[in-house]
Amino acid sequence: MTGPAQIVRPYGDTTGDGRVQLSFTLPVPFGTPAERARAEGAAAQLAAKMGLEPAMVVHAKGMGPDFTFFIVYGRVAHLVDLSEVTVAEREFPLLSAAEVNLRIRAGLGRKLVVVGACIGTDAHTVGIDAILNVKGHAGEKGLEYYREIRVVNLGSQVEVPDLVERARAEGADAVLVSQVVTQRDAHISNAREMAGAFAAAGPDRPLLVVGGPRFDPAMTAALGVDKIFGKGTTPREVASYLVHALTPPLPDAAAAGDQDGLPEPAAGEPGAASHAGASA
Amino acid sequence: METGSAVTRRLSLDPAVVAAARDLARRAGQPIVEMARTHTTVSVERAVLRLAGLQGADDDGMPWVNRLTDAVREATGLEHGVALPAWDALRAGGYADLAALARDAAAGRVKFRIPGGADARDARAAATAALARGIGRIDAQRAARDQMIAATSEPPKPWIYLIVATGDIQEDIPQAQAAAREGADIIAVIRSTGQSLLDYVPEGATREGFAGTYATQENFRLMRAALDDVSRELGRYVRLTNYASGLCMPEIASLAGLERLDMMLNDCMYGIIFRDINPRRTFIDQRFSRQIHARAGIIINTGEDNYLTTADAVDAAHTVVVSQLLNEYFGKEAGLADGQLGLGHAFEINPAVPDSFLLELAHAQLVRELFPAAPLKYMPPTKHMTGNVFAGYLLDAFFNLCGVMTDQSILLIGMMTEGIHTPFLSDRDLALENVRYVREAAGRLGESFRPVPGGFIDQRAGQVLGESVELLRRICDDGLLNAIADGTFGITRRPADGGRGLDGVIEQADGYFNPAADILERPQEPLPPPAASPAALSEIGAKP
Repeated sequence: MTGPAQIVRPYGDTTGDGRVQLSFTLPVPFGTPAERARAEGAAAQLAAKMGLEPAMVVHAKGMGPDFTFFIVYGRVAHLVDLSEVTVAEREFPLLSAAEVNLRIRAGLGRKLVVVGACIGTDAHTVGIDAILNVKGHAGEKGLEYYREIRVVNLGSQVEVPDLVERARAEGADAVLVSQVVTQRDAHISNAREMAGAFAAAGPDRPLLVVGGPRFDPAMTAALGVDKIFGKGTTPREVASYLVHALTPPLPDAAAAGDQDGLPEPAAGEPGAASHAGASA
Repeated sequence: METGSAVTRRLSLDPAVVAAARDLARRAGQPIVEMARTHTTVSVERAVLRLAGLQGADDDGMPWVNRLTDAVREATGLEHGVALPAWDALRAGGYADLAALARDAAAGRVKFRIPGGADARDARAAATAALARGIGRIDAQRAARDQMIAATSEPPKPWIYLIVATGDIQEDIPQAQAAAREGADIIAVIRSTGQSLLDYVPEGATREGFAGTYATQENFRLMRAALDDVSRELGRYVRLTNYASGLCMPEIASLAGLERLDMMLNDCMYGIIFRDINPRRTFIDQRFSRQIHARAGIIINTGEDNYLTTADAVDAAHTVVVSQLLNEYFGKEAGLADGQLGLGHAFEINPAVPDSFLLELAHAQLVRELFPAAPLKYMPPTKHMTGNVFAGYLLDAFFNLCGVMTDQSILLIGMMTEGIHTPFLSDRDLALENVRYVREAAGRLGESFRPVPGGFIDQRAGQVLGESVELLRRICDDGLLNAIADGTFGITRRPADGGRGLDGVIEQADGYFNPAADILERPQEPLPPPAASPAALSEIGAKP
């Protein structure tokens, strides 16, 4: 493959100069002149071991009696081979709200049911609410806004057995779980526990989707889920994925009938939009 | 408690509209207060036992206050309160203390009853004496705080509020002390994220938590002692904050009073909306917990900033004001002084919105003028912290600037790595450097900050106030519980009979007896002025 260079280096102000910047803290004192010299030397040593050669310690500051903070600029020797970069490309097209609703009507002939929850000890509903609440996120309305999606938001700290039971009772097509808390990899173990519980509950399980800022989107198989969304995911991406995964493709003719944007049932009522705000 | 300094008026708010807003908040809140006066909860009753000194837990870690309350509830119900049957059994069984009674009760060896006649009078007297001693300990801690402040110093406003959250109290302590040395005036220990929905308070010093450290009496005591040490070292009183919200609000409030915490997160609707805790349970627990805070001289922090973390900070600005007015009404009804109302708000407007900083100034100044004597707690940007730490550092500087220009009382320090990870040591250090620079460079800018009457900032503040009055009117018409059930505060519908903890709500019977509430409801005699005798001070600092 020809075209842009396949081997690149970081760019400071000149092509190929390899210059980067980093900051870190070392547990060393920065008090006496001798301590300062030793601290800066320690920072330079770390930079060298990280491949910054030469490195310049441009800032060092003692933080309390035992720690020093450094900012370092340097040149890295490493090369980046673009041909070795693998990217998980989105395997589904991004649809408008009208297209999502149309695909569900045509493909399912009923509403698509989504059950959402934060599981385990995670009480941070910010992520799941941003995807589900009408209010939405990043300028996009949440799944509750889509006429053909019925949303059941179970909220925070839902027990996995309750989630499985509720998903069954609601006839969930998809289960969305958000995990913000990551201490001791709780997000990983919680997601695995959920996937295991659904697997154990029978063959006809709903689509399992997890999301959270610290998930690796490539870990679906390891977690036993169908899809992982990372930081910055918007409701529209989730809706588009659900349609892609749960409904058959549309014949071209129908898809071409690009609808006007849907009327805005929520925003049309006085105060409705701002009320959504208070729920957070 | 400070009475609040005079606040500079910078906006042309209509006093009649302000008065109407307060009146509507009172009307919306009154039926809730009536409900809270006529009901109790398992956690209120457990708080009574905690105030009477019952500590410790069984071998499974279940606190004795839970075991004893459950045993009484099973035998007699809690309609008369836990105190009457408990102190009756204490006397009848000749137990040395409540712990001994609780052990026997847990083993099913105690027959509880609702005593009558002289037995009832004796039980009441014994319980009242025990609670007077317990609340006396809270009074002593309040006096100790005053003495500590007199012996060290009161830091100037805005107070710098900083969070530690390692999960391990032994790690939290050096981090908190380091933060205080770097300039933090208030240390908040964030709780383990699971705790708000636990219907008991864990015991002892804890070293494991999820995204935070469990609130326990022993953790409270350890951290307060460590901050007393560093306060003396710095000659500046460093305050300690924790979280009362959740199913154990009254108990945690009691422990906070007993262990001299200085501020507590305590919001009137946060648990309902964000944690799906039953609305009735929340409001009943909240009232008792705020009575305790009032007595303890603790400043409450309310949670309005949360509304803006997913809501649009421009569209929902008035929901913040409405919630603040409700929090103010409920707080004052429970006995809190203006100087104890740390009403919350936040700097969360999308920086891409034109004039976003002017809008922030308008909102912050509006809140400042609506609540001139309240120690307002101003929260930094979180929602629009993108991972670009350099842009985030700039946004935090603007937040700090807005805070000093509008005389905010408490600044929670923003971290440039917000949303990326729990702060590094260096993140915290840089954040404090940021606020120090703004304070020193522009701390007096407020005296020259005069928005043009009828200009953009002035008009925007008036508009938000007007929208607040409109929303309060609707809430008054619906009733607050119905409004919450209908999703007025968001799409989250929270029916009065839904959510967690409703099974712990009990309607009071005639003759309901709560000796703690009786003492707290009595108008308080003025506390003796703080006398900073050296002997008393060494007492405060003494570690058991």
